Amino acid sequence: MAEKGEMIRVEKLNKSFGDLHVLKDIDMEVKESDVVVLIGASGSGKSTLLRCMNFLEIKNSGKVIIEGQTIEPNKDNLNKVRQKVGMVFQHFNLFPHKTVLNNVIEAPLQVKKMKRAQAEKEGRELLAKVGLADKADVYPNKLSGGQKQRVAIARSLAMKPEIMLFDEPTSALDPELVGEVLSTMKELAKEGMTMVVVTHEMGFAREVADWVVYMHDGKIVEKGKPADIFNDPKEQRTQDFLSSIL
Amino acid sequence: MPTFSHFFETLLSSYPVFFEGLWLTIRVTAVSILIAVFIGLLFALFKISKVKVLNWIANVYIAVIRGTPLIVQIFIFYFGLTEFNIPKFWAASIGLALHNGAYIAEIFRGSIQSIDKGQMEAGRSLGMSHTLAMRRIILPQAFRRALPPLGNQFIIGLKDSSLAAFIALPELFSVATTQGARTFDEMTYLLIVAVYYLVLVLIFTLLVNLLEKRLSASD
Repeated sequence: MAEKGEMIRVEKLNKSFGDLHVLKDIDMEVKESDVVVLIGASGSGKSTLLRCMNFLEIKNSGKVIIEGQTIEPNKDNLNKVRQKVGMVFQHFNLFPHKTVLNNVIEAPLQVKKMKRAQAEKEGRELLAKVGLADKADVYPNKLSGGQKQRVAIARSLAMKPEIMLFDEPTSALDPELVGEVLSTMKELAKEGMTMVVVTHEMGFAREVADWVVYMHDGKIVEKGKPADIFNDPKEQRTQDFLSSIL
Repeated sequence: MPTFSHFFETLLSSYPVFFEGLWLTIRVTAVSILIAVFIGLLFALFKISKVKVLNWIANVYIAVIRGTPLIVQIFIFYFGLTEFNIPKFWAASIGLALHNGAYIAEIFRGSIQSIDKGQMEAGRSLGMSHTLAMRRIILPQAFRRALPPLGNQFIIGLKDSSLAAFIALPELFSVATTQGARTFDEMTYLLIVAVYYLVLVLIFTLLVNLLEKRLSASD
């Protein structure tokens, strides 16, 4: 695996909210083009871990290393770091006062200072890619949940990130809309995007993940290839979790 | 009470006398509200800032303004500013602006805080600075949400501008009392000036409603 570059490394990461110790000495790495799926019960810390990777949550101790650079939230320019690390949220968080296309091109225009014509061209290409070319000029409230999430993915891709984080991207969707979002994510994975995904979709994990990480009570219990984790989990707690949901 | 026909005739014939006052009321209101919106936005941002000193400044400002009568504030401004030879128009406008600014600050603070936290996070996750996300993502949404209470505050500001009569600014209400005293026909002129205010408020309400409709394209 030596030829694959290291995209994210987390070392001895600890995070507390008040008295609640959410992440306990987490060590993890994500290599280039890897799709890592974090699974675990609610409250196990998987979303917090994901949010620490783009500094929406700031660790209490430990290291977060992005592409070989240890990021110090007090010193480093987090805005620059976040341009490399896109994020897709459970509740989409589209900008309701902007059309779909303007959602997508907002950051390229304002952050990257891209020319409008160029941004619109790229924005429309991205919308076509997620199958929503015809929705460019409508407002988000006219879209279904699945369409909203695909716009959110396009919006994130517009900044040309090197890593994409997905925080339960299908949990707020009606069951019949889950598939369209997952297939967009599969396509991204095929193109070689480095992805870290928090999800309860075990089918997606089994099919797309390079690595599955099972978290429990703020710790990583087990990490392995999907076939190993799902067919032959080593740890009793992983077995218990999987038998409770499958 | 004046008869209706007398009231109606005077309403029509006194138009030239009221015109100056009407125009002055509109100007004082417009200027003071414009400044008040800036003050309100500034102190709303102070109030939600992480910098404790700014919170404190905003809290003191709002407490003092809300805790004292507007007429006292206008008088303090007028007599305080005579030293600097500031025209009555500006004494009244600035007094009204500072007064309404405190209430508008609370309106903006509430509407900014009512915007879902995910909006700021989405902006930040795209590489925006806090300031940029505030300006491009949060404030446009907060402003829309603030529009109904803001319109209400503007109406209060318009009517409160009548207090400038007490520093002898010849605005609408001042014209009514002067004319009333001159003709010994106070009630007629008070009813007339009430009609002027009512019509102004109705026109203004209509404008706010139109603006709300235009901004609601994404609802």
